[in-house]
Amino acid sequence: MVGVTDFPFLSILTLFPLVGAAVVAFIPKTRGQLAKAIALGWSLAVLALSIVMWIAFEARGDRFQFRESYQWIPTWDARFTFAADGIALVMLMLIAILVPVVILASWNDIDETQRSVPVYFALLLALECTMIGVFAAADVFLFYVFFEVMLVPMYFIIGSYGGARRQYAAVKFFLYSLVGGLFMLAAVIGLWVVGGNTFDWQKLSDVSAAFDTGTARWLFLGFFIAFAVKAPFFPFHTWLPDAGVAAPAPAAALLVGVLDKVGTFGILRYCLSLFPEASRWFAPAALILGVIGIIYAALLAVGQHDLKRLVSYTSIAHFGFIGIGIFAFTTQAGTGAVLYMVNHGLATGLLFLVVGMFVARRGSALVSDFGGAGKLVPVLAGVLFFAGLASLALPGTAPFVSEFLVLIGTFTVHKVYAVIATVGIILAAAYVLWMVQRTTQGTLNPMLVAVPAMHKDISLREKVVVAPLIVLLLVLGFYPKPVTDVINPAVEATMQDVGTTDPAPTAVANGKVAP
Amino acid sequence: MEDLQLPAINYGALSPMLILFGAACLGILLEAFLPRGRRNAIQLTVALVALVAALVAVILGRNTRVVTIGGAVAIDGPTLFLQGSILLLGVVSLLLIGERAVENGGAFVSQAALTVGSEKDLRQAGSAPGNTEVYPLTMFSLGGMLLFVAANDLLTMFIALEVLSLPLYLLCALARRRRLLSQEAALKYFLLGSYASAFFLFGVALIYGFAGAVDLASIHAAVADPVRNEVLLFGGLALVAIGLLFKTAAAPFHVWTPDVYQGAPTPITALMAACTKVAAFGALLRILYVAFDGVRWDFQPVLGAIAVLTMLTGAILAVTQTDMKRLLAYSSIANAGYLLVGVLALNKEGLSSTMFYLVAYGFSVLAAFGIVSLVRDADGEATHLSRWAGLGRRNPLYAGAFSFIMLAFAGIPLTSGFTSKFAVFGAAIEGGQTWLVIVGVITSMVLAFPYLRVIVMMWLSEPGESTPTVSIPGFLTSAALVIGVIVTLALGVVPAPLLDLTNDAAQFVR
Repeated sequence: MVGVTDFPFLSILTLFPLVGAAVVAFIPKTRGQLAKAIALGWSLAVLALSIVMWIAFEARGDRFQFRESYQWIPTWDARFTFAADGIALVMLMLIAILVPVVILASWNDIDETQRSVPVYFALLLALECTMIGVFAAADVFLFYVFFEVMLVPMYFIIGSYGGARRQYAAVKFFLYSLVGGLFMLAAVIGLWVVGGNTFDWQKLSDVSAAFDTGTARWLFLGFFIAFAVKAPFFPFHTWLPDAGVAAPAPAAALLVGVLDKVGTFGILRYCLSLFPEASRWFAPAALILGVIGIIYAALLAVGQHDLKRLVSYTSIAHFGFIGIGIFAFTTQAGTGAVLYMVNHGLATGLLFLVVGMFVARRGSALVSDFGGAGKLVPVLAGVLFFAGLASLALPGTAPFVSEFLVLIGTFTVHKVYAVIATVGIILAAAYVLWMVQRTTQGTLNPMLVAVPAMHKDISLREKVVVAPLIVLLLVLGFYPKPVTDVINPAVEATMQDVGTTDPAPTAVANGKVAP
Repeated sequence: MEDLQLPAINYGALSPMLILFGAACLGILLEAFLPRGRRNAIQLTVALVALVAALVAVILGRNTRVVTIGGAVAIDGPTLFLQGSILLLGVVSLLLIGERAVENGGAFVSQAALTVGSEKDLRQAGSAPGNTEVYPLTMFSLGGMLLFVAANDLLTMFIALEVLSLPLYLLCALARRRRLLSQEAALKYFLLGSYASAFFLFGVALIYGFAGAVDLASIHAAVADPVRNEVLLFGGLALVAIGLLFKTAAAPFHVWTPDVYQGAPTPITALMAACTKVAAFGALLRILYVAFDGVRWDFQPVLGAIAVLTMLTGAILAVTQTDMKRLLAYSSIANAGYLLVGVLALNKEGLSSTMFYLVAYGFSVLAAFGIVSLVRDADGEATHLSRWAGLGRRNPLYAGAFSFIMLAFAGIPLTSGFTSKFAVFGAAIEGGQTWLVIVGVITSMVLAFPYLRVIVMMWLSEPGESTPTVSIPGFLTSAALVIGVIVTLALGVVPAPLLDLTNDAAQFVR
């Protein structure tokens, strides 16, 4: 293939935000406005390039496109190899959309007298670089490098710019991820030894069938633990509520919206494709973890008093859905899981951002500190309601499509799990509606009236922040085909790697849900 | 006596050592004849020139592969690589040792023998010019290290061990501040070091009894002989190994490390953590790979257990430390464990990855101690962890550099700490030592906590009343820091050249 696909999209997309981070970091502290403007412009340029890449991607073409490979450490055959399949492409697109939104949402969040504004935005851009790199890498070593380095900017964002208990949350976040990462490191080295001294994903995937069964299971476990901590799946999830509460709300949106997807993406790309037999062997356990996660996290979400903690728990429940979608091993459920990754990024991202707007006004994240807020800030309350509905997968919003696909895809092979998971939907309705009702409906909390900021409804900047996410959630709710077309071939290829065959496929190929 | 055959001596191959010993002797003469005021500059120049000259000699002789002076010294790939590493790390250590701008007269007292707390002692702590004998002492020690990694028979190795150790004992006692701690450190190091030397020597005697020779090639031949005296062999090997493991700070022979690292003047601690480690592991590699590889199945589990113990001890005790220098000491012990994992791979990758690790760790640890020497208050270095709280707010540059080094120690990618750990773990899995790698990974998790705590202290805590200032370093410390940080980054991002170099060098002569 000659032409536009030869353009080194992925390496430029990875490096460009890093350059931006360096530029922004060197802007003097006193020029905070300039730093914000440059960071926003930079992230919009990344978005523009990503859109070009999206258009250049041929949905019916090769599984991996935009492949680039440069020599790095010949001794270990570790290379800068980038390539994107449909799954990676939609995640890259999600990053490119969320980062400018998050930058705009963070506009006034940083207290200039306390903390350096340019450094915060530089960290966001550095984080974007590592996030893009982790999805674009097609070399296991390179993937691991981005996977670990990704922790550093997020650690400083939580630790330096977060709320109360930020130190504790930052260290917990870092240690949990690092511990998972070190298990993966051992597995990566092991994979290199058994895979014929190479890190190239393609080569490893070609020889993966020949791995010794026992060895492959251990290696699978090493990768899986790292990804399960990252995602996070029950019972490796306890870091997320703390990090979600302590992080600034926009950064938390990125954390659950994108960073955590690295876990599920990694399971699809590395666990399933490189260790197919082990994946099938571990699937029952993973499905059970997923189902427990859905119910357990949803129950905890119902009982939360802190808005950000509540959203974090909903996120864990959603990751349970993604988990069963992946390990059901049907194309339908797999497509649903990947679509869920995108939609969850949009919906939970929006929810976190709106909650952040409420928290910024009230100065507290406790549900009991609100009450009847809809009378003071009707539009903002409406956005919260919409974000909540999207998050509970109301038909007409994008998450409905993905949740439905996951459930029917799972139902065809594992009826019991699908049925239990459905209970999670009811619980989701409970926690979302209760949360919306207690904060925005009912009698007006007199304490709330005394807070001057609570009288300011959504500002123009905030409208610009939420608008693209709302539009996307609605459009993908009615017409998910552009995304499913890209995802489907990659998911089919992954399922082929696992070696499972779909039971009598129901019609989703054209992206519409079967009646 | 007519037919006494003098062995052939390849002076070219020996020139790096000869240069350093010559410079050390010259330094003593300079000490005697130069006026006090001019000594420091001239001594420092002589020492630096000698190190660079020796480095040039190593580079010029890079293709030398000989065994010379009657089999006493082997110049081969590992020797040359390790000698080059010791010299490079020595240059950076010397920059730290030569720093006089941070504290009036430098980190050393002129008369270490004065009673602590006496009037004279207080006077010299305040203003007296520093000691300049540290330069020839350092040269002797570095010369001993060069010989230590090249020694091809056990007696030469013992002599080299003493030559490198005795000056270090002295140097430890010279700290300008906290004199009692410094003297205690020196005495402890001397006593325990003497025991270790005695063990080593006794081991040599047993091995002589076993093989009838002390050169490594004859020992190798004797080990391969099916009819052998196992008591003498394993007794001797164990005692020799104890002597070397003491110097590498492996558990359970590590107890001196925290006290000595804490008490010694910080530049000397840096020298010990970087250069002595290279020398000790160089000798250990040579003995295990050249002389005793015939009994690898016998010593591998024992040394493996020691490696596990070392990693666990270093990692777990590092968590509880509240003093920066002790924290780095335990970290150094844990790193000795990781290095042992590389050594025990017992293959070519094991040799090359261990050498890579030594260089990578050496530069990082030099930078770390360089920064420790700068964080000071009125009483000298402020090493208590709590004193570092909020340092990032006051001195973002140094706190940033130190955080970077901490991330490197924690093994985060894009630092040399990651590539080097990756290299030794990879070699160990190839060598069938998966269990060591699993322990290594688990202890890395434990170790991440203390490193992270330091970063939290510096960046996420508010600066308190007691947050010390960072001294503005002179040119020398700045240069050392810049070199240390850049090498740590470079070996993380583009490790290929050094990996290739270690691969090419990883072949012993016998």
